[in-house]
Amino acid sequence: MSQKVEKEPLFSSKNVKLITDPINVTNPVTVLVLGICSALAVTVKLKPAFVMALSVIAVTILANVITSALRKGIPPRIRIIVQLVVVAALVILVDEVLKAFVYDVSKQLSVFVGLIITNCIIMGRIEAFALGNKPWPSALDGLGNGIGYGVILIVVAFFRELLGSGTLWDYQVIPDSFFIKNGGFYENNGLFILPPMALILVGVIIWIQRSWKRQLVEKN
Amino acid sequence: MNKRSNIYIFVYSGVMVIVVAALLALASTALKPFQQRNIETEKRLDILKSIGMAQEAATAPSKHSYVGDQYTKYIVEQLVINSKGELINGIEAFRIDLKVEMAKPITERNLPLFVAQLDNSTKKFIIPLLGRGLWGPIWGYISLSEDYNTIYGASFAHKGETPGLGAEISTVVFQEQFKNKMIFNNGNFVSVKVVKGGAGENNPYGVDAVSGGTITSVGLEEMIKDCLEGYQSFFVKNMKKETESYEPES
Repeated sequence: MSQKVEKEPLFSSKNVKLITDPINVTNPVTVLVLGICSALAVTVKLKPAFVMALSVIAVTILANVITSALRKGIPPRIRIIVQLVVVAALVILVDEVLKAFVYDVSKQLSVFVGLIITNCIIMGRIEAFALGNKPWPSALDGLGNGIGYGVILIVVAFFRELLGSGTLWDYQVIPDSFFIKNGGFYENNGLFILPPMALILVGVIIWIQRSWKRQLVEKN
Repeated sequence: MNKRSNIYIFVYSGVMVIVVAALLALASTALKPFQQRNIETEKRLDILKSIGMAQEAATAPSKHSYVGDQYTKYIVEQLVINSKGELINGIEAFRIDLKVEMAKPITERNLPLFVAQLDNSTKKFIIPLLGRGLWGPIWGYISLSEDYNTIYGASFAHKGETPGLGAEISTVVFQEQFKNKMIFNNGNFVSVKVVKGGAGENNPYGVDAVSGGTITSVGLEEMIKDCLEGYQSFFVKNMKKETESYEPES
């Protein structure tokens, strides 16, 4: 007790980097290209995309914290199984909560909430980070990666809802009188509602990000 | 302790599974009432939609109480009948699982029928529907006027039909088409056809199919036919009753 260990502050620059890096230079969607499947499926409208982003953030943080807390006791031979059980239990909890409190959105998300289990971001962060780090940095890492995923989802959903349905958060943004059927000049672009457009938008985001952060561009 | 020993692994996984199972069971039981309430409110809302009511549900401050109030106001009777048109007592129409009933042969089905009374005191008969689309189940409610023949309104929903194509069945534009269509032609049950290429304005027994949504359209047509079929004798019986009782006056 005589020796006082220098305690690292909760938000040291190293810890803050755990949150900021995955939002930008190690973004799970645009740089690591993980979690693309759900990014295509739930980004037709902003509201489900937002709820999905929150759900994934909750699962990444909790899964990271729990695995990190258990990391010294997990038998190495069934490591993956233990991680899966932790993630699956959390995802089912999230699904039940959504069904109870935001029923309409949970219907739109349908199977994709359950499929968070298979989202490579979560298993990837547990394997790569939580198993070797203390709970607090793991929580930050989970938060950062969750936000990194969520930001892309929301940006994609913003453009898809605006240009595909003419609404934002279900509120009409483009005035009714603009539409051709009401004698105007405008029509919603049907392609934006379909999954391929999400892929194209993610591609555009990757393009913009790489021309801004040159270090992400592969050499050859 | 040796983390690599079999005993450790067995004990660890055993404890883990029990803890997780207990946690999930607890969450499920605790959240069940909320989930059940959501499902029931949605069902009530779908029923009301088929008679064009409860339009402010999305903006109402409390969806549950708004839908509940509207439901008790307009739905005056809930009946269960069989395919012979006889009333069955002792079953609550609202609790009937249509999926179970539709799997039975037509003569054994318990068919729910909701009777609504509108502000102008006319009665409407609401029939629940359940069928198959392209990707998954489609369902809805169809309401008939007092002649048991003319469709007053319809509402359809789906689990995962293609957006912009099959999913169009849940739009108002598609559902509006069903108004004033008829299901009996000279006393024979014909149901409503969903016609590819357009049914024509004056066809009282057909509506336009969804372009690009052929399988959903066919599924919808079959759903309406399959579900209404069981009510045939009930309708015919009551139609006769109505005309008989009105005859002396005319």
